[in-house]
Amino acid sequence: MSSVLFDVAGPRARARQRVGTVVGTVLVLGLLGWVLWILWQKEQITPDKWEAFTEPQILEGLAEGLLDTLKAAAVAIALAVAFGLVFASGRLSDHAVLRWPSVLVVEFFRAVPLLLLILFIFFGLGSTLGTFWSLVLGLTLYNGSVLAEIFRAGILSVPRGQSEAAYSVGMRKSQVMRMVLMPQAVRAMLPAIISQCVVALKDTALGFVIGAAGIVDEAARIYISPLYRNPLAVGLVLSAVFIVINYALSRLAQYLESRMRREGRQVVGEEASAAATG
Amino acid sequence: MYFSELVSRLADGFLITVQLLGWSGLFAALIGTVLAGMRVSPITPFRAVGTVYVNTFRNTPLVVLFLIAVVGLPALGILQDSFFWRAVIALSTYTAAFVCECLRSGINTVQPGQAEAARSVGMTFGQTLAIVVLPQAFRAVIPPLASVFIALTKNTSVAAAFGITEATYQLSNLIRDFPGSLVTNFIGISIGYILIVAVISGTASLLERRVAVAR
Repeated sequence: MSSVLFDVAGPRARARQRVGTVVGTVLVLGLLGWVLWILWQKEQITPDKWEAFTEPQILEGLAEGLLDTLKAAAVAIALAVAFGLVFASGRLSDHAVLRWPSVLVVEFFRAVPLLLLILFIFFGLGSTLGTFWSLVLGLTLYNGSVLAEIFRAGILSVPRGQSEAAYSVGMRKSQVMRMVLMPQAVRAMLPAIISQCVVALKDTALGFVIGAAGIVDEAARIYISPLYRNPLAVGLVLSAVFIVINYALSRLAQYLESRMRREGRQVVGEEASAAATG
Repeated sequence: MYFSELVSRLADGFLITVQLLGWSGLFAALIGTVLAGMRVSPITPFRAVGTVYVNTFRNTPLVVLFLIAVVGLPALGILQDSFFWRAVIALSTYTAAFVCECLRSGINTVQPGQAEAARSVGMTFGQTLAIVVLPQAFRAVIPPLASVFIALTKNTSVAAAFGITEATYQLSNLIRDFPGSLVTNFIGISIGYILIVAVISGTASLLERRVAVAR
């Protein structure tokens, strides 16, 4: 296949690429072997570092932790969508009284580190809210602000003729928004919203810092216990769990996005969400 | 009394934040560029490594990476006596995945016709890359790259949870000595982060205007 960098390879280039493939494979396998060798030498691939993950009790605890994590992420996303809708319509409002506070709120929560926000909420309101709601409130404010920007972009991505046509048949602004722009915008925004779910799920792990129940908190108990002392193994298992879930979600977003593009629709891509930037 | 203490501790904190940001940004840019090169290379194993790296690090929560780097790495005898550099490892390996994707999509925004035209007038691969493709890709890459470094700025705060006394750490540190100062601490620290973010996005838009070309 021809790309911007390379033409379709001829016989000589193909021969060179075959050599490159062999050398590359050897290099990659060598690197992998080297890492495994270090892990082996430092006694990280021994039964006592990994047997924690065969204990039914511990596995049950991890599963419960994962459920708590997913619950916090789901609640936060649901609330963030509501928050985003309110502030996106505020930002698109014709009244400066509504517009400016919305701009200020959205920009502030997008600029402040999420962990700082969560810690602030926890220290300030933690005694009444508890860890779960402190975490969810922090996630909601941050993801809601990002979603507000995505919603705004989605509504602005609907071709102008649509709202002009709606106004010309006599609809009011709220009707145009509700009946014409929103239904089309939501479809365009779906991939970006799912990508934002990945971000929210990853950020739920920050709950660990304030001691909220979750899979990271649960897993940390394993390596702290003098029985195991295996932070590396625990970290690798944790990242594997998150990778499986997040990879599946990102593929779903990619699939929806490519299907919509094929149908020639407007799409608010992944770039709009925080998924593209971390 | 409180105010001068606030200013001096925020100055200390943000000095470390900026150091974290600078070193992680540098390493992330280097690793990310190498990865992007691998992801667009015609050699399959390199492409595979690039893809696996990006999917691994982009989908792992930063807290888990910190856990592996800061708590786990000493078991391997790596950087045993420096919290700071282990935090830099976590931040830069995480951010490198995003830098890589940014550069790759930048290269993909250049239309194949551009390179084909360059080849048809007899330019070599190196010339095509240096004179035609990369300058155009660079332009497309500035705004998303700025967003990546802004995200990195905010992500340095996670280091606070792992015993590094950067800006976010000062929130709890100051409450200990000045109970009731929570809100002012929060506002002060927020302003610091917003200033750093403003500097990055300001630099980016300056650069963007410098290299902008009507197409």
